[in-house]
Amino acid sequence: MRSVITIIGKDKVGITAKVSTICANRNVNIIDISQSVLKDVFVMVMLTEFENGSSIIPKLIADFKELSAQTGLDIRVINEDVFNSMHKI
Amino acid sequence: MLNLLDIIETVNMIEQENLDIRTVTMGISLLDCADSDIDRSCEKIYKKIMGKAGNFVKTVNDIQCEYGVPIINKRISVTPIAMLVAVSGGDPVKYAEILQKCADDTGVDFIGGYSALVHKGYSAGDRELIESIPEALARTKNICSSVNIGSTKSGINMDAVKEMGVIIKRAAELTKDNNCIGPAKLVVLCNAPEDNPFMAGAFHGVGEPDCAIHVGVSGPGVVQSAIKKRPDGDVGEIAEIIKKTAFKITRMGQLIGTVASERLGIPFGIVDLSLAPTPAVGDSVARILEEMGLEQCGIHGTTAALAMLNDAVKKGGVTASSSVGGLSGAFIPVSEDAGMIEAAREGTLSIEKLEAMTAVCSVGLDMIVLPGKTPSEVISAIIADEAAIGMVNTKTTAVRVIPAIGKDVGEELEFGGLLGSGPVMNINISKSPKRFIDRGGRIPAPMQSLKN
Repeated sequence: MRSVITIIGKDKVGITAKVSTICANRNVNIIDISQSVLKDVFVMVMLTEFENGSSIIPKLIADFKELSAQTGLDIRVINEDVFNSMHKI
Repeated sequence: MLNLLDIIETVNMIEQENLDIRTVTMGISLLDCADSDIDRSCEKIYKKIMGKAGNFVKTVNDIQCEYGVPIINKRISVTPIAMLVAVSGGDPVKYAEILQKCADDTGVDFIGGYSALVHKGYSAGDRELIESIPEALARTKNICSSVNIGSTKSGINMDAVKEMGVIIKRAAELTKDNNCIGPAKLVVLCNAPEDNPFMAGAFHGVGEPDCAIHVGVSGPGVVQSAIKKRPDGDVGEIAEIIKKTAFKITRMGQLIGTVASERLGIPFGIVDLSLAPTPAVGDSVARILEEMGLEQCGIHGTTAALAMLNDAVKKGGVTASSSVGGLSGAFIPVSEDAGMIEAAREGTLSIEKLEAMTAVCSVGLDMIVLPGKTPSEVISAIIADEAAIGMVNTKTTAVRVIPAIGKDVGEELEFGGLLGSGPVMNINISKSPKRFIDRGGRIPAPMQSLKN
């Protein structure tokens, strides 16, 4: 399955590395990354692909929660289909 | 790759603007559970509900986690229990208790369907069930009850209207030590839909398949902030914005409903296009009307603004779903909407204005706290007025009022959770409708019923 991981917050050194490491540890393949600074807020979006979503996602979310607590970043994992259905006809 | 701005918009909707799926509701027919022995009937109900919905909550929670979309409630609606009482006889409260056990064991938030359909008259089981409603609601926590007392096709059953005034008061009295919670779980309907996923009016109609998954979407906060971005737009532009927003919200509902239906192996029923508020800040229908330019909800202009909102929500949502149903429109439950609560507290929002608003939006007089001294015939008259609006306009209307036993204007009831809290609203009882209500009988079906 494919999920979009969004990371929003203050820009800091090593964000991409930390998030990528978590993904790699959970065997999550990063297909595409794009990042931007919108109204002084750092925004990074990753399109990812992985097997066994139902078992991986809870663990991935737990890892990101820990990272959020350390860095103050807001990290979300949302299925690609949500965006496709909301923004594409 | 997806558009970055689209992604940020969706994340903001979920995070800042309270976008969520309000409920995934599984409708289950209990017709095949009817037995002449009430205990055996209850056993069959337990077996059927656990068989269909044993895994329901876990499946929906998994979808929530995997899709990253909040799903607030998991609910079940069942065949109107009066039909089972018709076959089994016995104490209908036994059915309420077995449904409560099902709610506990499946983990759902509510089960709706402790209901009777008496719009043209009472049949076997209806009277017994209606009489038992106050006790059933006092003895259970998660069971919702509804009674359909009128329809465009059949008119209004004024005997039932009279009785429901008494039942609502008794339900409040039996739960007076618990914030009169009883009548907050009881709704009196005209033109009740058979596939409604929202409580307290949800039941599984007899024309429905054996089992179906319905989804109720939400998102008043999303609509409000979309309008906020166009402070100078004319009303036509605002309607366009609402349509686009409703489309997106509904598409998300359709997606979640389809996934739930596939995983549970149960056919997908409908998406209910409602804008359902919660007491949380930023999740209010009243605030949308205020964002349009009304200083406070309830002043003159409110009905027009609400009519436009309701219509735009439907126009945007209807093309986003394969099948739309239920109540579909903006809800205006006073105690569940921060903006409405404030307007009612300050006296800007009156029951009379709310009644006018119900003519142009979904449902009706919802979650309104009345003074405890309100006589039952006045409650019946409120029901009759509201049912008349539904009957003549070929739409669903409903009354869910809570007489606050021992309290008067200026005091409040605290229900907690999604039901919120409500100030006791002022009501004119200086003159009585008793003679009219006591007449009973049936208001004949209106001209609108003759469509063939």
